[in-house]
Amino acid sequence: MSTTHPSGPAAGSTPPPRDAVSTSEPIKAIRLRHPWRVVFAVLLMAIFALFVIDAAFRPAYDWPAVGKYLFDRRISMAALVTIQLTVFSMVIAIILGVILAVMRLSPNPVVKSVAWFYLWIFRGTPVYVQLTIWGLISLIYTSIDIGIPFMDPWVSFSTNAALNTFTLAIIGLALNEAAYMAEIVRAGLLSVDKGQEEASIALGMSWSQTMTRVILPQSMRVIIPPTGNEVISMLKTTSLVTAVPFSLELFTRSRDISAETFNPIPLLIVASIWYLFFTSILMVGQYFLEKRFSRGVGDRQTDKSDPAPSTGAITGVVPVIGSGQPTVVLPPKTDAPGTTGDGGAR
Amino acid sequence: MSATTVGPATTVDVPMVLAEQVTKSFGSNEVLKGITLEVKRGEVMCLVGPSGSGKSTFLRCINHLEVLSAGRLSVDGELIGYRESNGKLYEMAPKEASKQRRDIGMVFQRFNLFPHMTALQNVMEAPLRVKGLPKAKVESTARDLLARVGLADRADYYPAHLSGGQQQRVAIARALAMEPKLMLFDEPTSALDPELVGEVLDVMKGLAKEGMTMIVVTHEMGFAREVADSLVFMDAGVVVESGLPSEVLANPRHARTQAFLSKVL
Ligand SMILES: Nc1ncnc2c1ncn2[C@@H]1O[C@H](COP(=O)(O)OP(=O)(O)OP(=O)(O)O)[C@@H](O)[C@H]1O
Ligand SMILES: [Mg+2]
Repeated sequence: MSTTHPSGPAAGSTPPPRDAVSTSEPIKAIRLRHPWRVVFAVLLMAIFALFVIDAAFRPAYDWPAVGKYLFDRRISMAALVTIQLTVFSMVIAIILGVILAVMRLSPNPVVKSVAWFYLWIFRGTPVYVQLTIWGLISLIYTSIDIGIPFMDPWVSFSTNAALNTFTLAIIGLALNEAAYMAEIVRAGLLSVDKGQEEASIALGMSWSQTMTRVILPQSMRVIIPPTGNEVISMLKTTSLVTAVPFSLELFTRSRDISAETFNPIPLLIVASIWYLFFTSILMVGQYFLEKRFSRGVGDRQTDKSDPAPSTGAITGVVPVIGSGQPTVVLPPKTDAPGTTGDGGAR
Repeated sequence: MSATTVGPATTVDVPMVLAEQVTKSFGSNEVLKGITLEVKRGEVMCLVGPSGSGKSTFLRCINHLEVLSAGRLSVDGELIGYRESNGKLYEMAPKEASKQRRDIGMVFQRFNLFPHMTALQNVMEAPLRVKGLPKAKVESTARDLLARVGLADRADYYPAHLSGGQQQRVAIARALAMEPKLMLFDEPTSALDPELVGEVLDVMKGLAKEGMTMIVVTHEMGFAREVADSLVFMDAGVVVESGLPSEVLANPRHARTQAFLSKVL
C-alpha cells in the first residue's frame, strides 16, 4: 500500500489505477519490424522439413511397422493400463500429499517430524530404486500379520497373494509422488496470507477448521497448475514400473513385442506417439484448469453479482483494476506469489 | 468463573480486561515490558503510541494469539490462556483457548475477510462452524448484522468487489456475529482511504453507544476524544500515560506523549 506509482497524466484526486493507460485515443504508430525473426523461422522450417523428408524414407524407422503396431490390441491395452496406473497413483498421491502437507504445518512437533521423515525418505531416493524395493517386498516381509506384536496374529496372509505387481506398482508410484505433492500443497498453503489464519483463529475456529474452511480452499489456485505438471510427469514415470517388475504398461509392453520381432525402433515410435497423445490431452486439460483458477477472485464472480444490486449503484461491481472509480479500493491483500518452482526437478 | 458465585453486584465490578504486569518477549526482544491496565465493562479504551511500541502485540495477547512471557491477563474475570488451580497455572488445551476467543471479537488493520466467501458467508462462517447454530437462524442474524453496518444490499458480494470501508464493516459484522463481550480493533482505519474512514468510525461509534466494551488501537484522535472513556499512550512496551482522552490530549504530562501527539494531531 505504501508504494506510490508514478502518477499518470490523469492523476487528480483519484488514486492512479495500476496501469495508467489513457483510453482517450488509440496510438497510431508504425509497427516495429523484426526481420531477423522471419529469417530465423524460415531457416528452422527448412531444417525441419529436411529432417521429415529424410525420416520418411529412412528404412530404420520402418513406418509400415509403426502403422501396423499403433493400434495393435496388445499396445492399446497397455495404453489403458498406463492410464490406470497414472490415475490410481495420482489420486492416492494427492490425498496423501494433502495430509502430509497439513502435517508438516501442524503445531504438533511429533506430527511435523513424521511428515518430514516421510519426505526425507521418499524424496531422497530414486523412484526406480523404490519400485524395485516394492517388488522385493514379499522377500522382506513374507506375510502380512494383523494382531498384537509378539503374539499370534489374528489374521495372516502371504504378501505375494495379497499384493500383485499391479498393486505394488501403484503403491510405489503413489508413495513416491505423495512426497512431491506434499511440497506442492505446502507451497499452496503457505501462499495464503497469514492474516487469514489469524482471523479464523480469532473467530474461535479450531486449527483443523481453519485449514479445511479457510486455508485449503484459497490455496487451490496455487496448487492446481503444478499438480497438472505432476500428472503429466506421472504418466511418463509409469514406464519405470518394469522395475517391480510389472510389464503390462505401454513402454515395457512395446519392448517385449520388439524383443520378439527384433525391430525395436518402430515400437518405440508407437509408444512415444501414445505418450504424446495422452500428454497432449492432459496439457489441454491443464490449460483450461489453469485459466479457471488463475482468474483472480476479483473477476470470478463479476457475472454473478452484476445483475444483483437493486440500488443501481455501480460502485461495488466495477472490476477493481483500472476504472478510476474513486470509491473502489484495491483489496490490500497482496496477490499470492506465483507457484514455487519446486517439485518438478527429479 | 469465580464471579458468578458471588452475586450480581460484584459481577459488575469485575473489569472486562485486567492486565497485570503483562510482559511479552520475542526471543531476546522484550516488546511488552509490564503493561498494567484495566478496562471496565462497557468502557471504550483507545490505545495510541508510535509504531513498534507493542500495541498490536498487546491486543494479540488479550486474544491469546500471542502467549504471554510473564504477568497475568484476564477477561471478564477469566484468566486468558491458563487455568489456575491450587496456585499453579496450567496451560490451556487449544480447544479451551478457542472457546475463550469466541467471546472476544477482533478487527484487523487489513480486514482479513475470507476472499473466497461472500460478505454474508463471511459473517455466517463462525456461528455455523464454531457454535453449530442452525443455518436459517444464523443467516437471518447475519443479514441483520450486515444491515446494521449499512451493507444489507452487499450481502452477496465477494470482498474483492467491496471498497475498503465496506470490507472493514463486513469484518466488524463478522466479529459481532459471535456475540462477543469484548471487541478489539487494531488500527481498523489505517488501511483506508481518508474518505472511507468515517463510515467505519461511525459503525464503531454506534457500537460504543450500545455499550460494547472496546479496545481500539488508532491514530484517529478525533474518535478518541469523542468516543473513548480512557486513552492510553504506549511507548517502547510500557504505558507512559493514561487518563481521560480530553485531558491527555489537551495537556500531556510526559515529553514522549507530547512529542508523539504533536506529530499525530
Ligand atoms: N511475531 C513476532 N516475532 C518477532 N518480533 C515481533 C513479532 N511481532 C511483533 N514483533 C516486534 O514487536 C514490536 C512491536 O510490534 P507491534 O506490532 O506490537 O507494534 P505496534 O505498536 O502495533 O506498531 P504499529 O503501529 O506499527 O502497528 C516490533 O518491534 C516488532 O518487530
Ligand atoms: Mg500494530
